[in-house]
Amino acid sequence: MSEYFSNIKTGATTIATGLSITLRHFFNAVKRKGDAGIDDADYFNQVDGLCTLQYPREAVPTPKIGRYRLYNDIDDCIGCCQCERACPVECITIETIKTTADDLAVCGKTSGGQQKRMWVPVFDIDVAKCMTCGICVSVCPTDCLVHSPVADFSEFDVRNMVYHYGNLSKIEVEAKKKKLEEEKAAKEKAAAEAIARGEVPAGRPAPKPKPAPGPAPVGGEAGE
Amino acid sequence: MSQSPSLNTWSEALSGFYIGWLPLGLLIVAAVPLIFIALYALTYGVYGERKISAFMQDRLGPMEVGKWGILQTLADILKLLQKEDIVPTAADKFLFVIGPVIMFVGSFMAFVVLPYGPAFIGADLNVGLFYAIGIVSFEVVGILASGWGSNNKWALYGAIRSVAQIVSYEIPASIALLCGAMMAGTLSMQQFCVLQSGPYGFIHYYLFSNPIAWLPFLIYFIASLAENNRAPFDIPEAESELVAGFFTEYSGMKFAMFFLAEYGSMFMVSAIISIVFLGGWASPLPNIGGFALNEWTSGPVWGAFWIIMKAFFFIFVQMWLRWTLPRLRVDQLMFLCWKVLTPFAFIAFVLTAVWEIYK
Repeated sequence: MSEYFSNIKTGATTIATGLSITLRHFFNAVKRKGDAGIDDADYFNQVDGLCTLQYPREAVPTPKIGRYRLYNDIDDCIGCCQCERACPVECITIETIKTTADDLAVCGKTSGGQQKRMWVPVFDIDVAKCMTCGICVSVCPTDCLVHSPVADFSEFDVRNMVYHYGNLSKIEVEAKKKKLEEEKAAKEKAAAEAIARGEVPAGRPAPKPKPAPGPAPVGGEAGE
Repeated sequence: MSQSPSLNTWSEALSGFYIGWLPLGLLIVAAVPLIFIALYALTYGVYGERKISAFMQDRLGPMEVGKWGILQTLADILKLLQKEDIVPTAADKFLFVIGPVIMFVGSFMAFVVLPYGPAFIGADLNVGLFYAIGIVSFEVVGILASGWGSNNKWALYGAIRSVAQIVSYEIPASIALLCGAMMAGTLSMQQFCVLQSGPYGFIHYYLFSNPIAWLPFLIYFIASLAENNRAPFDIPEAESELVAGFFTEYSGMKFAMFFLAEYGSMFMVSAIISIVFLGGWASPLPNIGGFALNEWTSGPVWGAFWIIMKAFFFIFVQMWLRWTLPRLRVDQLMFLCWKVLTPFAFIAFVLTAVWEIYK
């Protein structure tokens, strides 16, 4: 019988305790819980107030050292393709065109002062594939490929997840390719003339392991 | 039955108002509680409960539709109206359709005896309290009909639990209200309020003027939670075990009718407890010297204000309990009813009788 009454007493007191806790939270709803991070000293002291974050309008800033969406500063990119080769999921696609000698000044230098020798018409990162491992960033010689702090970049179409960083228009690409062909043709012509005259360019061994390639390129290409 | 001359003036004037053969006044009298239920369920019932629960859990609640999410309930209703009204092929069609209607009608009919202030009441029955208890428990029929008619194990379990629970808790609830009826010596809802109004405000309430009244008051409050299937007695709905209990199979407006019925009876039991123990529309403010606060805050409009505020307070307590306590197990529920509330209700009954004889 005494257990019966003590149970009722326990029930009443525990209900009262619970009610006081919920009521305290109810009246604390005018406050916002502080936004101290886990490394702040008063992290465990901020127990009162609302903790909802209304996401699209409010967001916790992403940490500076975090790895999120890749960004390539194409003006600094030398087109070395090291990131493309390093990528374990092959999410980077790069096409490059060698810069002709008279275009070196137009192509310019990186912010680090390095002469750029490649046009980069295609630099695509498929961020849907990217697993943000960061290997590409660590191999980049000019530090132009970086992780940006952007963490939310959802799209309705997965094709929009491919980010294009190439900085040449199609007409420019055609022009640069043509220019490169012309330069190559001029060089070959000059080399052929030099050989015809019996001269070997100074300081460079003759680039002729096979003296007469003949029709080999056509057959070789078909065979590959 | 002695009635003060100003009692029920508005509703009586309305009920005598005819246009040709059409009893338009009576229609208005019936429409007032209907509109009231709809408005209150829309604002305080759904939106208020969502906000209160959110605040108690350190959340914000609905925030997107309108400023502070005020229009959230309207958006929900638009959604409910557009939803397909599904009747399962295996269901008992008649019971399935009639279930929510019976439940809502049962909840709505209790509002007949609810006095909205001294000047307005649907029908001032001399057995008002008895009628209210009876008609609120009428909902059980609707619950059983919808649970059985759904032809679904969860719905049937929910309905059976609900019926067992409501029928059991009728007993302590009725005995507790009987204590109130003994204090007043009447069953008329208006007379309850008249007897508890006076120049000293809340001192005249039975809860404060009678040393035993707190016991039936507590018992009726706990039992009314169980009768409404409110937490911690929400085992008929028990989301985590029974999906949604007896309304698992319902969608669209039938589902909304369950909600309206639930919020309607929540208001009704809160109004009953405030009428029987806390004076209904009687103003709680006392006259202090020259400041006739009680007289200033009495009257038809003030009466409606007071009774609605008192009922809203108890609804708040119901919500507060819901977000505090875990759900009871079935055997714990029956233990509480038969071994705790019922004996204490009998003790309260005897003590009240003794007090009423020898006071």
